[in-house]
Amino acid sequence: MSLLAEVTGSIGSIGYGLSAIGPGIGIGIIFGQGVQAIARQPEAYGVIRQNMILGFALAEALALIGFVVPFVFGV
Amino acid sequence: MITETVLASGGLDCHLVPEGCGFPAPGAEIFVFDPVWSPTLFGLTFNITKPAILLLLAAVVVAGFFMYAFRRPALVPRGAQNVGELGYVFVRDGIARDTLGKDGDAFVPFLFTFFFFVWIVNFFGIVPFLQMPATSRFAIPVAFAAIVYLLWVPLGIRRQGFGPFMRSMTMPPDVPKAMYVLLIPIEFVSNLVVRPFTHAVRLFANMFAGHLLIATFSIATWYLLSPSIIGIIGSAASFVVSIALTAFELLIQALQAYVFTLLTAVYIGSALHAEH
Repeated sequence: MSLLAEVTGSIGSIGYGLSAIGPGIGIGIIFGQGVQAIARQPEAYGVIRQNMILGFALAEALALIGFVVPFVFGV
Repeated sequence: MITETVLASGGLDCHLVPEGCGFPAPGAEIFVFDPVWSPTLFGLTFNITKPAILLLLAAVVVAGFFMYAFRRPALVPRGAQNVGELGYVFVRDGIARDTLGKDGDAFVPFLFTFFFFVWIVNFFGIVPFLQMPATSRFAIPVAFAAIVYLLWVPLGIRRQGFGPFMRSMTMPPDVPKAMYVLLIPIEFVSNLVVRPFTHAVRLFANMFAGHLLIATFSIATWYLLSPSIIGIIGSAASFVVSIALTAFELLIQALQAYVFTLLTAVYIGSALHAEH
């Protein structure tokens, strides 16, 4: 089989970089909107913070899977 | 162990000679420990390693502290009881009641145990000489997530009945009928299959990444050290970063324990009440 293009070296780190794009955007939106919500309604701080951290944790999972998979499945 | 990685890379001070010996970046091998004790029970050999000992130690620390704090509960709390009550109120009001409402009080002991146990296990990652978050071994968060999964799925089936529970898990309301062809498989996989997996991976990967980062900069502190200006600057910068990362880890450890417990409460909540 003839190769058209090949990537060598630490491909896992490229994969991690790709997997961090989406969660990066997502976490930015979550905290941006969360801070805005707190600024508009400071008395709802507790509820907003809790939901902010919940959303952050759900978005973050994707980047973390991208980080762990190269270790699990080798180079 | 950091020292083992340093030793495994061909001696402690070959970086000080002009040829050098490269920078042995730490990998997954720093999480593997030799068994301290290998007892055989019923024909099975159990390898007791450092993470297992740290788990037991965490259990002793958490149980010991709260038994001490609440040994003679007074109406007006003093000393350790103050700290214990602060932790209890945080879990009860901040996690259980906020997510589960008035049903939450029944689950406070479960959530409370999880929060403090996970936090202390994580916290051992930056305690000098212990320096290993046991949760960075995948089996341990998997066991935690399995306990949570085996709680909320039977709970949901018992409270709602099998059919309504499965409907609440797989059929989000107010969606056009035709969309269910697409949505039911997606919701089934995301709520009942991937959920426990991400629950475990989130805790594991955070602790794994944090420990690896601290190890990388600690090793860099030693390996960049050489009798030259660049070497001293590089080594000092790595040292400062490793201290800063330790402080950052302190935050992440508490945050991940909180997130783990919060998600546990959310999952229990989805078992108690159908989404509407």
